[in-house]
Amino acid sequence: MIKLEGLTKVFPGHNIPAVKELNLEIKEGDVCVLVGPSGCGKTTTMKMINRLYEPTGGKIYIRGEDALQMDPIKLRLDIGYVIQEIGLFPHMTIEENVATVPNEKQWPKDKTREKVKEVMTLVGLDPDVFKDRYPTALSGGQRQRVGVARAMVSDPPIMLMDEPFGAVDPITRARLQNEFLRIQERMGKTIVFVTHDIDEAIKMSDTIAVMREGELIQHDTPSDLLSAPADEFVSNLVGRNRSIKRLHLIRINEILEDVSRGKPLNEDAKKDDIEKQLAESDIRSVIVVDRDNKLKGVIGVNDLKRKAGEVARDYCQDVSDTITDDATLNDALSVMLEIGEGYVAVVNEDDRYQGTITLGDLLNVVKEDS
Amino acid sequence: MDQLLWAVFDTLRAAGNGMMLSAQSDDPGLFMQTVNWISRRSEMLMELMLEHLWLVVLTLIIAVIISVTVGIIISYYESMAQTVLGICQILMVIPSMAMLAFMVPLFGIGFTTGVMALVLYSLLPIVRNTYTGIRELDPAIVEAAKGMGMTERRILFKIKIPLARPVIMAGVRTAAVMMIGIAAIAAYVGAGGLGELIFSGISRGHQPMIIAGAIGVSIIAIVFDYLLYYGEKRFAVEGRTREGN
Repeated sequence: MIKLEGLTKVFPGHNIPAVKELNLEIKEGDVCVLVGPSGCGKTTTMKMINRLYEPTGGKIYIRGEDALQMDPIKLRLDIGYVIQEIGLFPHMTIEENVATVPNEKQWPKDKTREKVKEVMTLVGLDPDVFKDRYPTALSGGQRQRVGVARAMVSDPPIMLMDEPFGAVDPITRARLQNEFLRIQERMGKTIVFVTHDIDEAIKMSDTIAVMREGELIQHDTPSDLLSAPADEFVSNLVGRNRSIKRLHLIRINEILEDVSRGKPLNEDAKKDDIEKQLAESDIRSVIVVDRDNKLKGVIGVNDLKRKAGEVARDYCQDVSDTITDDATLNDALSVMLEIGEGYVAVVNEDDRYQGTITLGDLLNVVKEDS
Repeated sequence: MDQLLWAVFDTLRAAGNGMMLSAQSDDPGLFMQTVNWISRRSEMLMELMLEHLWLVVLTLIIAVIISVTVGIIISYYESMAQTVLGICQILMVIPSMAMLAFMVPLFGIGFTTGVMALVLYSLLPIVRNTYTGIRELDPAIVEAAKGMGMTERRILFKIKIPLARPVIMAGVRTAAVMMIGIAAIAAYVGAGGLGELIFSGISRGHQPMIIAGAIGVSIIAIVFDYLLYYGEKRFAVEGRTREGN
């Protein structure tokens, strides 16, 4: 899909090339993450693909076509572009912002409107609520979503993303990452993703290209990169605690079946049942759900003694946080540490209870893997 | 405008009468003299005000067209910018009398000369504000526009100019108010306007005439500034500030 051959960029007035003889091939539908310390040439490489920077030497092929021979405007219109600062146009509404590329391509008005609605919904922004707002009325996370929507609206086969989730807080970032992966699973775009965060790289990528001082050091799948780093630089980059980093690679729904803890309690369950289940539980608590299998709360051993009541509903306490089943094991670990429990309840997109993950489960996974 | 002026005159006259009664004197005083003069010569005053206004409006239109164009051009050619801004700066610090004198050999005496001199004066504020307004846009906005495939032309008209407009308009306002003042001096080269009243008042030692001219200039300046300010607000761009995180 994208092939870089001997790509070189020397900025005027510099002796050392920012990117040196780079060869890289990205398959269709893959997310390739360029990672490395700042100044390693990853952003420069990305900006050469849509020719914001003209290469000094080398070739860029997109679907076998020589990108350097194409009209740069046409080339860019078919490549989605997201940057860390987002760069929303403050004098335009969200709808107008998202419609930028369709307007440049002169789509018919109703087609544009349809598509804007569709893509806003896709990134989790209700079009009826947000389309007439201005960017300043949005939170950082919402703006990032608009940025992604704007890049995706004309359905470009390729997307370039320069630290797209860099400017938001860690919790929002994890959520945006998960949502983005969910969208990507459906859309199957070819994505070049730039980040300096190796954890993000491992989580988001099909392949990782590690760069240093303008050179490509290693291009591999994340698990190969973790198990066989090419040199000391790469192994330093991925860090010593590689087994913990593996937690980024595994999603909760992949292990949920193996760690099944039986059925949760119904909110109408009698005290005897609660006691029975509590005795069997390895987390000294039981999860309570309502008739629709929605999470109701949790009952700990102490709750049963402390409170009075007839059925499970009376004893149960709210859970402080849950996690969705498409999150990674690392996300699960963070939530556990945050709520200070050895377990976390897993729900799906519709908030239905799916199971429970414990610290022990994570430990087993890491042990098996290494 | 006409009605407004009459209302102002009436109020002034009423106030003047009151003052005269309390002073119990037959000498009308400078204030009353002026009010009387204005009410007697209101038609001529109106005419001169309109002439003055026309001089300013015409100059402003020409100046905006030239200056905004120049401002946009130098925003693309950084190396030219300092030279051009320097020239505009020099033009502005030339005393107005001297500037008018320079113009006379070129354009003779009359309206055209006045317009030319005024245009040269108003270049700096508009050129500088256009240039800074565009240069100081958040570079991420321009980069995003470019990266998505907008042409340079579209970026200029859809992104840069709308976003820089408040800054450009502030420059236009500065130029306009400045010009209204200098336009009075342009009467020296026969450009007409309220300056005629002031100058003939000075040469004849007729104070009410001078004051009437000065009041006229002030009213035009205040009204003009207010109108431009109001217009700017109406077209104001929402959330123009740099995007925070």
